Amino acid sequence: MGLALGTAAIVLVVLVWELARPRAISALARARDELRRLRERSRAAGEVGYDPGRERRAEQRARELLRSCVDERDWAMYRDLGFLRVWGGLGERPPAAGASYAYLIYPHRPIVAFVPQTGTLLNEYCVAFPDHTRPYGSARLPDSDDVLAKWMALTADERRLIEEANMHLPGRQIDPDRIRRDLVRLARWERETGEDAPDIVRAA
Amino acid sequence: MRGAAAGEAVCHNPLTMKLLRLKPGHGEIVLAEGDVEAPEQEQELIEAFRRELDAGMWAAVPLKTPDGRRQAELVKSFSDVPRDAERVIFFPRAAGGAPRTDR
Repeated sequence: MGLALGTAAIVLVVLVWELARPRAISALARARDELRRLRERSRAAGEVGYDPGRERRAEQRARELLRSCVDERDWAMYRDLGFLRVWGGLGERPPAAGASYAYLIYPHRPIVAFVPQTGTLLNEYCVAFPDHTRPYGSARLPDSDDVLAKWMALTADERRLIEEANMHLPGRQIDPDRIRRDLVRLARWERETGEDAPDIVRAA
Repeated sequence: MRGAAAGEAVCHNPLTMKLLRLKPGHGEIVLAEGDVEAPEQEQELIEAFRRELDAGMWAAVPLKTPDGRRQAELVKSFSDVPRDAERVIFFPRAAGGAPRTDR
């Protein structure tokens, strides 16, 4: 009797397994696929997600590169004030102190044109350098690389950069009061660091 | 020398040239480096240069003008790069920025 029951139980188990096996195998395969997708997703998230340490290192590299490309004094201006001034080259006067107009370059903000002699704000030129390959999930250059790209484009081919930019009246993106404060800071900085800059001093 | 017309290249070793690319999340990366006087290395530099331009990058060479000012020069072909240039910097081409208002 016991032997018969045991045999029946074994046969039953084998039958159930045979019936369930295709479903079990496909469920197992699905679970394995899902697990693989989860792992890939989390690996990808780890690679492209925001990493403050990586961004800080990137910015540090960008600052060193900017420093090696611009004049020592321009570097000091950017380091101390957070923006660069570039003299305009398309006016009647040469692109140096005393130029008809100048630009302020901020990281990831529009380029602002102004008249150094009066402090009058002229225009905002909204321009970006998006990297569509989006390494690390972002198209945005480190701050100092953005400033370097603007500086290179402006000093190399001012007209082309201005043509590529969206031009707006002052105040579209940057508060004009902030720019005026920055011009005052620039004038003070130039006095303190010993540059003879009567235009900007008068403007401020 | 070609570079002398526009300005003196910002350069310490007149023969070794680096092609750099500004990259989000990283800062600059070195794409290629070599001696422009060595034909094989120059060819590698030319190929890397073309790849970047084909990818839509702008190329700039940092220069020093005769009066000592720093500026850059945009170049469209490797033959426009001063032979004594230390670096060519590639960066994404300019585009009119988004009309973001964050005041």
